[in-house]
Amino acid sequence: MEPLEPLQQFLPQVWFFILGLFLFLYVLLDGFDLGVGILSLTASTEERRSILMTSLGNVWDANETWLVLMGGSLFGAFPLAYATILNALYLPAVIMVVGLILRAVSFEFRENADNKLVWNITFGVGSFLAALGQGFALGSVFEGITVDPLGHFAGGIWDWLTWRSVIVALTLIQSYVLIGSTYLILKTTGDLQKIHYKTAIIATWTTLAGALFITVSTPLMSEQARSQLFTAPLIYIFGLIPILAVICVILLLRSLYQRRENSPLVYTFLVFCLSFIGLGFMIFPNIIPPSITIYQAAAASSSLVFMLTFIGFLIPIVLFYNIYNYIVFRGKIVNEGE
Amino acid sequence: MTDFFSNTVALSRTQFALTAIFHMLWPVLTTGMGIYLVIIEGLWLKTRNIDYYHHARFWSKLYVLNFGIGVASGLPMAFQFGLNWAPFSEAVGDFFGTILGFEGTMAFMLEASFLGIMLFGWGRVPAVIHWIATILVAFGANLSTFWILSANSWLQTPAGGEFINGKFVVADYFQAIANPFMVNSFLHMFFATLETSLFVIGGISAWYIINQRHQAFFSRSLKVILVVALAVAPLQIFVGHLSAEQVYQYQPAKLAAMEAQWETIPAGQAADWSLMAIPNDQAEQNTWEIKIPGALSYILELKPTLDQPVQGLKAWEPENRPHMVGLIYYSFRIMVAIGLFLAGLVLTTVIQWLRGKMTPEAIAQQKWLMRAWLFAGPLGYLAVEAGWIVRCVGRQPWIVYGELRTVDSASNLPPGEILFSLVGLTSMYTVFFFAALYFGSRIIRKGPNLELPLPFNVLQPLDIEPAQHTPNRRPTEAQQ
Repeated sequence: MEPLEPLQQFLPQVWFFILGLFLFLYVLLDGFDLGVGILSLTASTEERRSILMTSLGNVWDANETWLVLMGGSLFGAFPLAYATILNALYLPAVIMVVGLILRAVSFEFRENADNKLVWNITFGVGSFLAALGQGFALGSVFEGITVDPLGHFAGGIWDWLTWRSVIVALTLIQSYVLIGSTYLILKTTGDLQKIHYKTAIIATWTTLAGALFITVSTPLMSEQARSQLFTAPLIYIFGLIPILAVICVILLLRSLYQRRENSPLVYTFLVFCLSFIGLGFMIFPNIIPPSITIYQAAAASSSLVFMLTFIGFLIPIVLFYNIYNYIVFRGKIVNEGE
Repeated sequence: MTDFFSNTVALSRTQFALTAIFHMLWPVLTTGMGIYLVIIEGLWLKTRNIDYYHHARFWSKLYVLNFGIGVASGLPMAFQFGLNWAPFSEAVGDFFGTILGFEGTMAFMLEASFLGIMLFGWGRVPAVIHWIATILVAFGANLSTFWILSANSWLQTPAGGEFINGKFVVADYFQAIANPFMVNSFLHMFFATLETSLFVIGGISAWYIINQRHQAFFSRSLKVILVVALAVAPLQIFVGHLSAEQVYQYQPAKLAAMEAQWETIPAGQAADWSLMAIPNDQAEQNTWEIKIPGALSYILELKPTLDQPVQGLKAWEPENRPHMVGLIYYSFRIMVAIGLFLAGLVLTTVIQWLRGKMTPEAIAQQKWLMRAWLFAGPLGYLAVEAGWIVRCVGRQPWIVYGELRTVDSASNLPPGEILFSLVGLTSMYTVFFFAALYFGSRIIRKGPNLELPLPFNVLQPLDIEPAQHTPNRRPTEAQQ
């Protein structure tokens, strides 16, 4: 390969970071949305389900929009990756989209329905399907996508389904349940809050088990991951992140046992953040693992500059008004029970 | 038919058409109604007339129902370029993807974030901030119309760069965004969403008036939309006409299909306008037809004879021109007929208003006029869908006009895989469509809740107690 100009290196890296940020915010924010959705399947009364839904009422839409942002920006910044990844993950993506559609309409239909239970179930099932689809997509990041030399998808339609991707998917669902529970701890009171302390503790352990398996098995299964991770400087990062993550998990468990209200969500955020950084370092500089780099998949430099000019300066503004939205609706949900 | 089920391109096209047609039904209302909500809330803040407040609350119930389904059905739109049209995505991603990225960052996020405040923020934020939230939601929706229409117009009249080795290389982004079709197409769609929404609001208001429920209340909304529609309906016809002239100039094959014109009409001759026809793709002619002599030359050039020829479909090889001529021909006529009917209805109603027949007492006498409004309620949707069919079926066989063919743009997926998603989405959409109709009509039958508390933090000349109970029997969040 011919050497790249500094700009041709820098721009795709910036966009890799921005897309990572969008995806991270999506996983974090829609993560608790989907988690609450899955948990709503276990809520025993209409009143509780109603509180769970209300806790998301004003935020679910914006949270889901991070995914659309990610999709659109990926399309613009790395057209090849957008095309090949979606082509390869057709079925998981369809499962995810179907799930997201189902849960979004359930919100509106439930509001107007007499029989709310039906739409509660579709809401929960939709959330589960969306998480499942995303889990399989994440799984194939670890498994890699088969491509031809031009970077076009060259694998089979069931490539994404392996025993390891099943474990990754289950882990992701667990982590969504965890973040959903900690969000509900923050937003609810009384019995409902107590239940979610228990759920959060269980989900912490199951997520931890899954994450350990993934962390250990990745270098064991893949020679490429081994060669990449066990050389400097990645060896330090790869060594440091699990240690920090374990510390965060311990702090998370402590805060849960101490019945803290705010800190469980904060520690869960940190765990997500660390996992995400680890994942980013593992994938970089590829964008279609295991072989297509961001430089190969990137749009022309002029496109990346043009996008950066408009999207780049908007990111702080977008973050600002998202935060404002959360501030306006801060505080506990209470059912005023007319 | 077996051909169809094993044809990847046909299946992907069907899926795209179906998801786009279904998706269009919802944002068309929320985009236009957003502007109406801005107006009505502005009137509330300015006049402090409680009716306007209750209007804002009532219509936003229908608004949010549509919004939810719009967001949901929009998700497949965001992903299916990659899912089903990977070669297309790779070829034009540098420009087309950039625009979709802009739409998400600039428009969708704005809309989605302020929607929460707009719906649930009454009483949580100052009245002016709430109004600003409503404005931003409406602005976001219309900004997304702008970007989508810019992207789609670029597919119709690609500009600002060239295809090199099958990949579009952008030379000038602003030229690509402001491609020849962009301005008229955006305006046409902007007015379309507004007009559709105005007539939905008008139709529902008329329904209440016919059924003698809240007549005074709903004659108010009818008058508000009438004022706006008086400007929008004629402008829409004008912009539509300009768009058709651009098609004549840039996409003559589409114009030929819109007119079911098989033979070329040379310059210097009068061109007839076909009123009704039965086009036959195989025979390359219309088996039956009623024509208005000379009308097409007037429509296109305002002259008795043509300066430029109108090319017939046969001027192109069959593989280079649109098919399904009947669909394009009738979709175009349906759209035009609806546009003219709606403008006529607005003018008639305004005349009745000027004659003093629209007072809350007299309006109930206007039975036929109100029935006409009820009938006109859903017509906007039909016109919008028909217009998009003309635009995109008429563009075939090209996905990027003159540059990239649809058949070369589809992902090489096993047909069964597409069939799976097609069947899944179709069955879901069918259920949602009827559920939305059911819940929508439920909201309408229930009517406005005039007992709703006023937001406590509005300066009130009226002596009204602040909010004591919560709206819609919905648990609310209390301040910490």
